[in-house]
Amino acid sequence: MSIELKNINKQFGAFKALDDVNLTIPNGQLTALLGPSGSGKTTLLRIIAGLETTDGAGQVLFDGEDVVQTSVRHRQVGFVFQHYALFRHMTVFENIAFGLRVRPRKIRPSREAINQRVRDLLKLIQLEGIEKRFPWQLSGGQRQRVALARALAIDPKVLLLDEPFGALDARVRQDLRRWLRRLHDEIHVTSVFVTHDQEEALEVADRIVVMNKGRIEQVGTPDEVFHSPANQFVMEFLGNVNLFHGRLKGGRNDFDSLSFDPADDGASKPARLLVRPHELAIHQQQTNGHSVAARIIRINSAGPVVKIELARNDGQSVFVELPHEMFHAEHFRVGSDVYVAPRHGRVFTEDYSI
Amino acid sequence: MVKWTLISITLAFLGVFLLVPLAAVMTEALRKGLGAYFNGLQDPAAVSAIKLTLLTSLIAVPANLVFGLAASWAIAKFEFLGKSLLITLIDLPFAVSPVISGLIFVELFGLQGLFGHWLSDHNIRIIFAVPGIVLATIFVTFPFVAREMIPLMQEQGSEEEQAALSLGANGFQMFRRVTLPNVKWALLYGVILCNARAMGEFGAVSVVSGHVRGQTNTMPLHIEILYNEYNFVAAFAVASLLAVLALVTLVLKSIVEWRIHREIEASKA
Repeated sequence: MSIELKNINKQFGAFKALDDVNLTIPNGQLTALLGPSGSGKTTLLRIIAGLETTDGAGQVLFDGEDVVQTSVRHRQVGFVFQHYALFRHMTVFENIAFGLRVRPRKIRPSREAINQRVRDLLKLIQLEGIEKRFPWQLSGGQRQRVALARALAIDPKVLLLDEPFGALDARVRQDLRRWLRRLHDEIHVTSVFVTHDQEEALEVADRIVVMNKGRIEQVGTPDEVFHSPANQFVMEFLGNVNLFHGRLKGGRNDFDSLSFDPADDGASKPARLLVRPHELAIHQQQTNGHSVAARIIRINSAGPVVKIELARNDGQSVFVELPHEMFHAEHFRVGSDVYVAPRHGRVFTEDYSI
Repeated sequence: MVKWTLISITLAFLGVFLLVPLAAVMTEALRKGLGAYFNGLQDPAAVSAIKLTLLTSLIAVPANLVFGLAASWAIAKFEFLGKSLLITLIDLPFAVSPVISGLIFVELFGLQGLFGHWLSDHNIRIIFAVPGIVLATIFVTFPFVAREMIPLMQEQGSEEEQAALSLGANGFQMFRRVTLPNVKWALLYGVILCNARAMGEFGAVSVVSGHVRGQTNTMPLHIEILYNEYNFVAAFAVASLLAVLALVTLVLKSIVEWRIHREIEASKA
């Protein structure tokens, strides 16, 4: 089922949580709402679910049908809460069966059908054999999967997950998000999840909605938002960046027209260059074009790449990531005076405000 | 050494102030034998006092159960203006002397009171009658259930309720299947304390009762009258019932406390 949001506004006291948000979530995809805390992503998710109301004349359309007046009870959404919200006094089995047991008698499945459905779901979440346990007897990852099975039991039109991996250990997080991705490939229900972790969004989602201060900054595939960020906020939020100030010559807004020479000749305009750590090279000598003098102050080679921290002459830090082979080919030492040169980068002019 | 000193002091204190009086009640009650003891209890005035006490708590406890549930639900699950004022108001009966609680009702419903004329015109008696006793008891005991529930419900939050709604439950199903089971032990704990206080209340009830023997005397009031008449055996016989009630309350309270503790441990795990 597709979801369409039109003119969604939400105010909490003096705080504007959502500022005229418009968004279309296509059928069958796994979409991530990504943003820092306070960006409105969870509020947006709760509005889709019907757990929160919109201010004014905002519309929430499920397959073209306005559901703003439909209560959460009748929206048929599967909602997975950040802290799972499993019913603490019910067994795993009863938790998963809940949504079927509370149906009106006319549409309630038979006892046998409910048992079968719960067994199928336990198999799907790979937790067969724990149906008699209580939530407190489960690990965090198990609780998360039970919460997911409980939401799926009602055959939701859309699955909504609020920070699904937020409360888990780093290791369990990794496993569980890959598992969620595979699960989605299996069941294909339209899913939306909220996260503040860009790595999680990039790895799991089909589409990413980057949010900031109640507005949507960019919508796109992981590749699009990572490689073609719409603005400086998106670029900075999706990974580490180095910032260089420079000036643009000629009328063009691209990397080649940027010069680090700060002199204002009247014809150029100020701009900022954002470069990811892996897009920087380090040279022993000054090269033509873009390069900036810096001194190496820290080297960390314990990891998949070598992380090097440098200080520019004006004191600003620069972070560079080099493959081990490239690092070992040169003889960089802490204290070496070198030149850093961006190989790629995105140019944002000063008049853009974030 | 310090440990044993402290333990002995505590035990001695408990002995002097709890066990000895309790034993004294029982020995006084049985001083003239079991026959006199049961005579004291079977006296029509005593039977009437016991019945009135039971009736009063049978009304006051359910009333405060409903009020406590409503108040704690509102406070724990919703945000509204004046919430902290409401929490403070719930504690009012703890802060006010029971005698004053009783006087408030005399002030409101007595013959000289605010609604006195209207009530007497319509032939309704509240003060010096059973309704006054019930009202005063409800007032004195209303914090007990709410006080037990509010912290627990606040800690539990409302996510489980929201989950139940999103799974298609209606309001009643949500309450019966999710909210109530989550708070049942705290609720029971509050009810036990509320009941103990409702049966034992003296001050507020004394002001509004009028002490009409066989009609508006509750057990504590009846005991006082018997005692003032030097009828010690009968007085202590009725008192022994209240003492037994206290012991039963303690046992129930410990069991329920143990269950609550277990549930808290469980939800932390």
